[in-house]
Amino acid sequence: MATAFAGVAPPRDDEFAQASVHVAALRRLARDPAAVIGAAIVAVVAVCAIFAPLITRVDPNAQDLTATLIPPMWIAGGNHAHVLGTDNLGRDLLTRIIWGSRVSAIVGLSVVAIGGTIGVTAGLVAGYRRGWVDAVIARITDVQLAFPLVLLAVAIVAVVGPGLLTVIAAIGLTSWVQYVRVVRAETMSLREREFVAAAEAAGATSRRIIARHLLPNVGSAVIVLGTFEIARAIVFESSLSFLGLGVPPTTPSWGGMLADGRQYLDTAWWTALFPGLAIMVAVMGVNLLGDGLRDALDPAAVN
Amino acid sequence: MLLVSVVLFSILQAAPGGPLTPYLQNPHITQADIERLRHNLGLDQPVYVQYFKWLWQVVRGDFGWSTSNSEPVIQAILDRMPATLELMGCAFSVSIVVGVVFGIVSAVRQYSWLDYLITTFAFFGQSMPVFWFALMLQLAFSVVGVTAFGYHFSLPSAGISSLDTFDLGDRLQHLVLPVIVLSLAFIAQYSRFMRSSMLEVLRTDYMRTAAAKGVSHTAVILKHGLKNALIPLVTIIALTLPGLFAGAIITETIFAWPGMGRLFYNALGQFDFAVLMGYMMLVSFLVIFCNLLADLCYAWLDPRVKYT
Repeated sequence: MATAFAGVAPPRDDEFAQASVHVAALRRLARDPAAVIGAAIVAVVAVCAIFAPLITRVDPNAQDLTATLIPPMWIAGGNHAHVLGTDNLGRDLLTRIIWGSRVSAIVGLSVVAIGGTIGVTAGLVAGYRRGWVDAVIARITDVQLAFPLVLLAVAIVAVVGPGLLTVIAAIGLTSWVQYVRVVRAETMSLREREFVAAAEAAGATSRRIIARHLLPNVGSAVIVLGTFEIARAIVFESSLSFLGLGVPPTTPSWGGMLADGRQYLDTAWWTALFPGLAIMVAVMGVNLLGDGLRDALDPAAVN
Repeated sequence: MLLVSVVLFSILQAAPGGPLTPYLQNPHITQADIERLRHNLGLDQPVYVQYFKWLWQVVRGDFGWSTSNSEPVIQAILDRMPATLELMGCAFSVSIVVGVVFGIVSAVRQYSWLDYLITTFAFFGQSMPVFWFALMLQLAFSVVGVTAFGYHFSLPSAGISSLDTFDLGDRLQHLVLPVIVLSLAFIAQYSRFMRSSMLEVLRTDYMRTAAAKGVSHTAVILKHGLKNALIPLVTIIALTLPGLFAGAIITETIFAWPGMGRLFYNALGQFDFAVLMGYMMLVSFLVIFCNLLADLCYAWLDPRVKYT
C-alpha cells in the first residue's frame, strides 16, 4: 500500500481507523430521519442566532404603542406587518423570537464549554490517577448530586443580580458534575486496556496519556452528553428569565417573552404561545440530534 | 451537610445587597439609622462570626428570623410545608406509577403503536418547558375552558382551595393542573428508563425460565420482571429528587400555590437570607434522607446487596 502512495506519508493506522469510524457514524446519522430533523432544527436556530440582524428589518425593541397586542396575521385583526402579532408594547413577536435565539444559543454553548471543560478534565484525571485526587473529586460530585444545585443557582442569580454572565456561570456550575460521572467511569475502564499499558511502557507521561490516548476515547460519550446539556441549559435559562432572574428585559429572550405574555394570557394568548413553542421546538431539535448521535456513535447500544 | 451549609452561607454573604437594601433608597432613613440597624442585626460582624452564630442557633433548632415576613423562619417554613408536601407527594406518586406503567407497557409491546405513542409522549415531556406547559394548561382549562364529550371542563388555575372550609372535591380540583405540570417531566424520564431497563430484563435467562415453567405471562412480567427492572429506576428517582423541589418552585409560583417554593421565590426578591438558608438546608436534608431511603429500597429489591 505504501508504495502506491509514493511521496505521500501513508496514514497512520490509528488515524485511518478513526476517520472511518467517524465517517461511518455520520452515515448512520444521516440515515436516521429523527436525527436529520433534529439537525435541521438546530441549523435553523443557529442561522437565526447568527444572522438575526439580516433576517429581520425591525428593531426587536422597537415599541409601537398604537399597535399593541395585535393578533397573528391569520386571525381577524391581524396584519402582514406582524406575522405572529405584537406584544403589550407593540413589539413584533416574530422579530423578538428570532433575536431571542441568540440568548439561547449563547447560553447553551457557553454552558457546555464551561461545564464540559471542567467536567471532562476532572473526570479524566480522577479516573486515570485514582488515589486521593479521585477521592476528593468523587466526594465533591457526591455532594453536588445530593444537593439541589438548581436552587443554589437560582439563589446566586437572584442575589448577584441578573445578567447573561451570571446566568451562564450559574448554569455552568450545575452542569459539570454530569461530565465527571460519565468521563470518570469511562476512563476507569479504559485505563485497564492494553493501549494504555503500551503507552505507559513506552514511557509516556500521564499528561500525554490523558490528552492523546484517553481523551479521544471518551469523545463520543462527551459529545452525546454535551448535546443533552445544551438542551438542559436552554430550558434552564428560559426558566430563569421567566422568573425574572435571567437576562435583562431589554434583551429579547424566549423565557422573558413568556413572562411578559403570561399577564395577557386571557386576552392575547399568542404572546405566551409562540415564545414557548420556540423553546420547545429548539429543545426538541437538540434532543433529537442527541438521541441520533448516541445511536450513531455507539451502534452496539441500540436495542 | 456541614460542607453544604458553609458553601451556601459564604456565597450568600459574598453577594451584594442584603436585607437592608430596601432601606437604602428611603430618604427618611439616614446613614446612621442604617448603621444602627446593621449593628442590631449583627450584620457588621465578620462573616465567620455570623456563620458560627447561625450554626449554633441551627443546632438548637432555631433557623433565625425572617426579615421580610417578621416571623421565625422555622414557623414560615412549617406553615407552608403541608401545601408543598400535598403537591409534591401527589406529583411524585403520579409520576412513579404512570412512569412505571408506561415503561412496562412500551417495553412489553415493543415497536407497537402504543410503544411509539408513549415514547413520543416521553420525548415531548422531556423537551417541554414546565412553565410554558403550565401556562398553556391554564389557558386551555381556566381561561378558555375545554369542551369535549358534551361537557365543558374548567379547572381552577390558582390557589389551593376556593373555600375556607375543607372540601375534598374542591381541593382535588385545585390539585389537578399543578400535579400534571409537576409530574410531566418526571413521567417522561421514568418511563424512558423503565422501558430500557425492562427491555434488558425481558431478554434475561431467568425470564425465559419462568415462562418455561408455565408461570402466566402477567405474573412473569410483574413478579420477575418488574422487581428486577425497578433496581436502576430507584437510582434515577433518587437523583431526580432535587429537580422535584426546583420544579415545585416554578409550579407553585405559576399556580399561586401557598407552599415552600413560593416562600423561597419571594425570599429571593427580598434578600431574606435566613429564609433562603433555612429552606435550602431543609431541602438538602430531605434529599440526603431520601437517598438513604433509596439505598434501603435496593436491599429490599435486590437481596444480593448487603450492608455491613
